[in-house]
Amino acid sequence: MFRQLRAALRTGIVTEPPPAADDVEGLGVRLGAEIRRRFGRSLAIRQVDAGSCNGCELEIGGLTGPHYDLERFGLHVVASPRHADCLLVTGPVTRNMAEALRRTWEATPDPKIVIAVGDCGRDGGIFASSYAVVGGVADVIPVDVVIPGCPPSPRALLAGILDALGRRR
Amino acid sequence: MSGAVYGFAALASLAAGALGVHGLLGGTWTLAVPWLLPLGGLELAMDRLAGLFIAIVALTALPVSWYAIAYDRDARGGRGAYLAFLGAMIVVPLAANAMTFLVAWELMSLASWLLVAHQREAARAAWVYAVMTHAGFACLLIGMLWLTAATGTMAFADWRAAVPGLDPTTRHVVWALLALGFAGKAGVIPLHVWLPLAHPAAPSHVSALMSGVMVKLGVYGLVRVSLDWLGVGPPWWGVVILVVGTCSAVIGVLYALVDHDLKRLLAFHTIENVGIILIGLGAALVFQPVGAPELAALALVAALYHTVNHAAFKALLFLGAGSVLHATGTRNMEEMGGLARRMPWTAACFLVGSIAIAGLPPLNGFVSEWLTFQALLQNLSVARPALNLAFALALAGLALTAGLAAACFVKAFGISFLGLPRSEEARHAHEAPAAMRAAMVALAAACVGLGVGATLVIPALAAVAADLTRGAAVPIAVFGGVTVRVSDDFASVSTLTVAGALAAALLLLAVGVRLVGSTARARVGDTWGCGRILQTARMEYTATAFSSPFKRVFDFFYRPRRRLDLDVHPESRFFVRSLAYESATRSIFDDWLYAPLMAGLRHTTATARALQSGSANLYLAYILAALLLMLVLG
Amino acid sequence: MIEIVIGGLVQILAVALGAPLVVGLTRLLKARLVGRRGPSPGQPYRDLVKLLGKTPVVSSTTSWIFTFTPYLLAATMLVAALVVPVLTSRPALGFAGNAILLMALFLLGTFFLALAGLDAGSAFGGMGASREVAVAALAEPTVIVAIFALALRADTIDLGALVERLGRAPSLALNPAHLLALAAFFIVMLAETGRLPVDNPATHLELTMIHEAMVLEYSGRYLALVEWASAMKLLLFMTLLANLFVPWGVPASAAPAALALGAAVLALKLAVLCVALALLETAVAKLRLFRVPELLAGSFALALLSVMAVFLVP
Repeated sequence: MFRQLRAALRTGIVTEPPPAADDVEGLGVRLGAEIRRRFGRSLAIRQVDAGSCNGCELEIGGLTGPHYDLERFGLHVVASPRHADCLLVTGPVTRNMAEALRRTWEATPDPKIVIAVGDCGRDGGIFASSYAVVGGVADVIPVDVVIPGCPPSPRALLAGILDALGRRR
Repeated sequence: MSGAVYGFAALASLAAGALGVHGLLGGTWTLAVPWLLPLGGLELAMDRLAGLFIAIVALTALPVSWYAIAYDRDARGGRGAYLAFLGAMIVVPLAANAMTFLVAWELMSLASWLLVAHQREAARAAWVYAVMTHAGFACLLIGMLWLTAATGTMAFADWRAAVPGLDPTTRHVVWALLALGFAGKAGVIPLHVWLPLAHPAAPSHVSALMSGVMVKLGVYGLVRVSLDWLGVGPPWWGVVILVVGTCSAVIGVLYALVDHDLKRLLAFHTIENVGIILIGLGAALVFQPVGAPELAALALVAALYHTVNHAAFKALLFLGAGSVLHATGTRNMEEMGGLARRMPWTAACFLVGSIAIAGLPPLNGFVSEWLTFQALLQNLSVARPALNLAFALALAGLALTAGLAAACFVKAFGISFLGLPRSEEARHAHEAPAAMRAAMVALAAACVGLGVGATLVIPALAAVAADLTRGAAVPIAVFGGVTVRVSDDFASVSTLTVAGALAAALLLLAVGVRLVGSTARARVGDTWGCGRILQTARMEYTATAFSSPFKRVFDFFYRPRRRLDLDVHPESRFFVRSLAYESATRSIFDDWLYAPLMAGLRHTTATARALQSGSANLYLAYILAALLLMLVLG
Repeated sequence: MIEIVIGGLVQILAVALGAPLVVGLTRLLKARLVGRRGPSPGQPYRDLVKLLGKTPVVSSTTSWIFTFTPYLLAATMLVAALVVPVLTSRPALGFAGNAILLMALFLLGTFFLALAGLDAGSAFGGMGASREVAVAALAEPTVIVAIFALALRADTIDLGALVERLGRAPSLALNPAHLLALAAFFIVMLAETGRLPVDNPATHLELTMIHEAMVLEYSGRYLALVEWASAMKLLLFMTLLANLFVPWGVPASAAPAALALGAAVLALKLAVLCVALALLETAVAKLRLFRVPELLAGSFALALLSVMAVFLVP
């Protein structure tokens, strides 16, 4: 127990500065002023895997770690869609997950936003022509922000979310 | 027709209740009818304690009889037996000599036995009940006759006067016998085996009376024998009752936690609450002989208050369970669910009863448990380490009981009334008829009133306690009509203030939430199920699952017997076609106490049967031998 | 009289407004200890305000208990805030109850929250309810026996009077029995407020949840009330720990100057406790659920030893 504490105190803070305005290509999506005002400083994110290969999940996992630290912006990940303001959807929506995704969206209280992650989330990505895939997330539920990439790096994810919320300088 | 009988019972209870309250407030009287009964005749005497218990009996029987008008409409319960039952229970506290007492007691037991045995599927329950109640009666009979022989009289008033001249061994033996008999009726561990069988088997209004009132008469007997008839006893009487009370409280609630029959769960809670009452009584019996009579009075007030409270909320809970049984036809919690939407009145009343029995403020259960805690907490006034340790363990036991009782009623109310219905009957449940609802609401109001109005009840009980402890100053003061103060500044509580504060806080929050603009109406959706398509009752938590953490923590006590039967596909053992899982708890009392006892009894009777050979010559020889023996001894 | 009312109002405001800060501070410290920059200490306030603005979603299987419970939970915490000696040792409702009432009020909140968990008819809620009441029931004996140990020495169980008497006689407060009771009470605090190692407040794995699982169904203002009530419970438990076991600096009057002093001293004590809690939560892992009763049994043994030390060591 003490060894862990000593290591923690010795290592110090490793968080990197947030992505600057010109760091990642402008995604051009900015949510409405109302949404920005509500969620600008406190956003609860619920990640939904709608059939992804988990490449995006690994990148999203890095967001909560010490290097990218989502929490310093007031964003945090929650377990239940009832607690969420934002659904972070990954993967091409497979036929088996379409209904589940729709129910998750219905379970989320309003106002809510949906962020589709990755090329798969945008339009099905490399799986688009598969018989098992419905299409991008927008084919199932209304999408507010798309963060393309295969997979998008944590930096790009962070830039995308902050940009949408109007938090990037 | 049955309505008339129960209506008459209700009116009679009202009259008896008035009589009881009059006695409680100090009206004493006696009545003697020498020719009615042999060996002393009928003698009745009213004093404060008797008045209290008559008030408890009558004022509980009033709503219960009203309830029975609608519940027992087709008169499958015995009505005559019911009236006899009520009448006997009112005479028991009034009895002023041993004969009256024993006749009334036996009449009470027989009447309740008839009411239990009336049900077709209650054969075993009726048999166990008959055996246990008569074993207890035998102890009472021997004890009282012994005392009569030692003092030469059957009247209780004369017993009190004759106590100083009694030989200590006689006192102890008589106390032990009488306490055993009364404890059996009260249903303490380990004499409790009849309670969880008989109370669920009886019709609900009878169960309400048996649990709410009849076991209280066992407590009445214990109070009388330990504080009144035999004078001030040695501390070990109190320690025995304290230990038995603590064990009953903890074991009762442990058994209730794993039970899924609604009425049997309530029966186990009766055992638990009688345990709590006995903790108070035991504390009083320890404090009195060691020179702390004020603390004894405090503990007595706590015990008597809990007696009153338990009658109120237990009757309410049993009537609620009866309402559920009436609507769904089942007592098994695993087949209920979603009843709160279909039976809102019953659900609300059952909720009030659950909060009361869990000892949560500001209802009545909290006040009496609080008083019991205060009595136990002041034990350092008695500087004897052994007693102090016993009190500390009793404290821990009481606290554990309080927590477990709350857990158990989350299960009882939550699984039965909330969620989705788990069976067709539950889906089609209907609300109880008006008479049943009125009775439940009246008892719920009583629970609230006894809790919030504690400052009105305590002075009356303090007078009873002062009587019993021979005029000790009861260290409870009512301050400003609102606060109850114990032992000057040791502790104070005010349930009225807490209730008012909670109400004010609720109002403040409702207004405040509106003021900050959070006025959006809630949208109705499906329960979050991780995106699954369907929600059925099979996906809900079951009562068995709810109690499984407790089963694991206390498994040295429950000794569960787990069995898993798998039926695998002949091609591969990884494909299971069906499986059966059974996890049954075993009662250690049945295994270690009663089973060996019954086996020993059977063995003895089998051996003794050799005497009954059936030969007439041998019987004549027995008669001759007995005659010769009597001539020699005489 | 008017001073008492004002003092009570100030105390309620202090607890109601200060609770999210305690939670925020603990989160920040935990983040720093694992090398993250962490959220600002005022983040819980923003979260609560945001939640109040959302439209709640309520399941169709629930009854009135579901929407009533958050209000009742918050109400019990507000009433408890007036019973605990937070800023002064003569709290406004100190006459209305003592430690036993306090624990019973908390149990009332837990009772209703568990019912609300069962109300939605989901397996998560039932599981959370079952585990929560099991932990609460097993923690009760320890709390009562630990308070008993304190009450024995001070000859009172009224919380305010306990603080006053223990503060006046340092020998009562600085002895091994007291430390044992402190250890027992600390463990119970972790259990009752749902912190590591009993329950991880930041977990997302439903099967590891105890408190969180019961509130999975709540949203909008109901969730805000439940989260706020949890924060207040943490603040009240920490205050009890701080003021009962380090009873100095708690003024006896409700005059404005005294309240300010009380607030300052309490803030200091709470900051120390937040650091201790953050260190502990970073260093230990969550216990397996069926090891929690062993932990609680251990804390009960400590409390019982504390009591026996009073009997055996005059």
